[in-house]
Amino acid sequence: MLEELSNIRKAIPSLRSFRDLPPLSRREMKAGLIFLSPWIIGFLGFTLLPMIATVFFSFLNLRITDGILSTPHFAGIENYRQLFRDPKIWSTSTTPGSLWITIKFGLIALPIGILVPLGIAVLMNNKHLKGQMFFRSLFYMPYIVPFVAAIYLWGGMLNSESGWINRTLMYFGVPKESVPLWANDVNWVYPTYVIMGIWGIGNAMLIMLAGLQGVPTELYDAATVDGANSWQTFWKVTFPMISPVIFYNLVLGVVGLFQYFLVPLVVNQGNGNPGGATFFYNLYIVKTFFTFQNMSYGASLACFLFVVILLVTILLFGTAKYWVYYAGESR
Amino acid sequence: MAKSLTQTLPETAQTTSTTKSFLHKLRRGANVTFVTALTISLLVIYLAPFLFMIFTSLKTQGQISQLGAPIWPAKPTTVEYNGKELEVFKVPMAKCAGSDPSDTSIKNLAIVKKGRQQSTFVDPANLEAGEFVCNLSWRALKRPWTFSPTWENYVRVWNTIPGTFPKLLWNTTFYAIMTEIGVLISCTLVAFGFARFRFPGRDFLFIVLISTIFLPFAVTIIPTYTFFQKIGWLGTWLPLIVPAFFANAYDVFLLRQYFMTLPRELDEAAMIDGASPLRVLWSVIIPQSYPALMAITVFHIVYAWNDYFGPLIYLSTARDKWPISVALSTYNGIYGSQPALIQAASLMALLAPLILFAVAQRFFVQGIVVTGVEK
Repeated sequence: MLEELSNIRKAIPSLRSFRDLPPLSRREMKAGLIFLSPWIIGFLGFTLLPMIATVFFSFLNLRITDGILSTPHFAGIENYRQLFRDPKIWSTSTTPGSLWITIKFGLIALPIGILVPLGIAVLMNNKHLKGQMFFRSLFYMPYIVPFVAAIYLWGGMLNSESGWINRTLMYFGVPKESVPLWANDVNWVYPTYVIMGIWGIGNAMLIMLAGLQGVPTELYDAATVDGANSWQTFWKVTFPMISPVIFYNLVLGVVGLFQYFLVPLVVNQGNGNPGGATFFYNLYIVKTFFTFQNMSYGASLACFLFVVILLVTILLFGTAKYWVYYAGESR
Repeated sequence: MAKSLTQTLPETAQTTSTTKSFLHKLRRGANVTFVTALTISLLVIYLAPFLFMIFTSLKTQGQISQLGAPIWPAKPTTVEYNGKELEVFKVPMAKCAGSDPSDTSIKNLAIVKKGRQQSTFVDPANLEAGEFVCNLSWRALKRPWTFSPTWENYVRVWNTIPGTFPKLLWNTTFYAIMTEIGVLISCTLVAFGFARFRFPGRDFLFIVLISTIFLPFAVTIIPTYTFFQKIGWLGTWLPLIVPAFFANAYDVFLLRQYFMTLPRELDEAAMIDGASPLRVLWSVIIPQSYPALMAITVFHIVYAWNDYFGPLIYLSTARDKWPISVALSTYNGIYGSQPALIQAASLMALLAPLILFAVAQRFFVQGIVVTGVEK
């Protein structure tokens, strides 16, 4: 999927290619566009136009107070000026900002979101494992559990008194006073979210497993002949071969991270508790728009988010040429 | 000498090879055992919340609020004695009248009269021995528990979850089916357009399509929501169903990848016979594409069943249209102190996708692999 994105330059058509189109190809183009029209109309109406409107809104002063929409007038860069001074975005000496909260959580959640599915995929791909299909399905299965139900299940498991995790800790001798309060504890709330998110690894695990199975066995044979041990084989053969898959999951993970808000919304009622640690950036956007009904400021927050995601993604694509290996590509 | 050598040599070689193959087998057996044991133990931890859910949903509120109750659904053991239901406790016999003070045994005794210093007990296993007094506080005693699941929580959820459960089931099914129709029609058409027509700009459009996967929803939601509000669609199904008819990147991608693998010869033969492109799609492509169409069908059903934020913002004022996900999320606030109800409701909400997964897991696995690995 990502490989296609990097070919964008080649894909942009020149004007001449339209003008010199022979009649038969012209007919083919017409028919093709008719088939594409549901998506083209949807893209224009539900994506492109709203995006332009978001940018436009961010330069106005639209907000609803007591159910009345303010008379729109041009506010210039006022929203952005406010944005760059907003203590809810940028950390102050006393409170963490939502941008830092998002990044801090990502530093924990992203590596786990790659390593755990990779580890399980490697285990599933082990030649000694019997019943691989069966286990693979079971590891994927929680992915289909409705989000709210999964939160309740893990919420119950992580309940500070009756939850099985704390019961296990107490069984192994952890005193009752020092077991974690999980979602209600500033120091434990991110691990709590990570644990709750572990059920979302199914997709990544299956994709990585397919990647592992796609590594040609000749390469392993060659490595064995050359006397490589299993660690070397993993880093010199397996990892480069599955690096596109890891990259794909990393990009999805980063994009998902900056859109993270449902878990804090449901688990901690979206108020940022405990101690303001769960006021994620995207939650701030949702709150600004849906709760405080400040459309213009919400729009400028969204535009800023878009720029941040774009920059991070470009950065990731920039690093890709150093560690992502596309077989069949000669560079 | 020479003769004996030639005789012994092959023999030794044979013994070593059998020892080797035996060792080899042993090692493989150990590996298989280790890997399987590791997988199973990881899986047990990974899936433990399901067991937690089942156990908790079968408990009574009485058991949940009782300290020292077991983790499995149970009730305190009781026995009938002289027409009365008596609670049973684990009593150290040394403290009881008529017992040897060095007696270390603990017996399950039914309590007849509770007291702070002394309590009267009777042994259910030996009723002829009659009532006797033990010098201890009954409050400090542990109880034996009997396995006893209750189905009452499910009945309560079925009847009392906001909107009643059958109504929620219907709402969720309706939402899933309506959007499913939209997704199947629009994505098939669009994927066919991308897979079978060549024209300048097609690849560019395809890149635009894929990049929408990575677009944060925040950059479109504010004007979109405001627009739906303006035209009076809030509180109706329309903002959720109508966009499904305009194709989405994931399903188009998946179908297009599949269509590309189908040989073109059949299309071309049909074209030569004068079939229109729509006819080719209907009679040639679709009959060959059941696995891919099944994959996007099951993905979409699960997606629609679990969709939470969409219905939350567009249907928040229309309680009669709530799907399971939204109703379930209000449960924590209403029944926060009754975990048994919450777990029973969760189980009922996840049953449908779980059954679908059990039936159609092949399509799930194949579909995901296509989106992630193939280019």
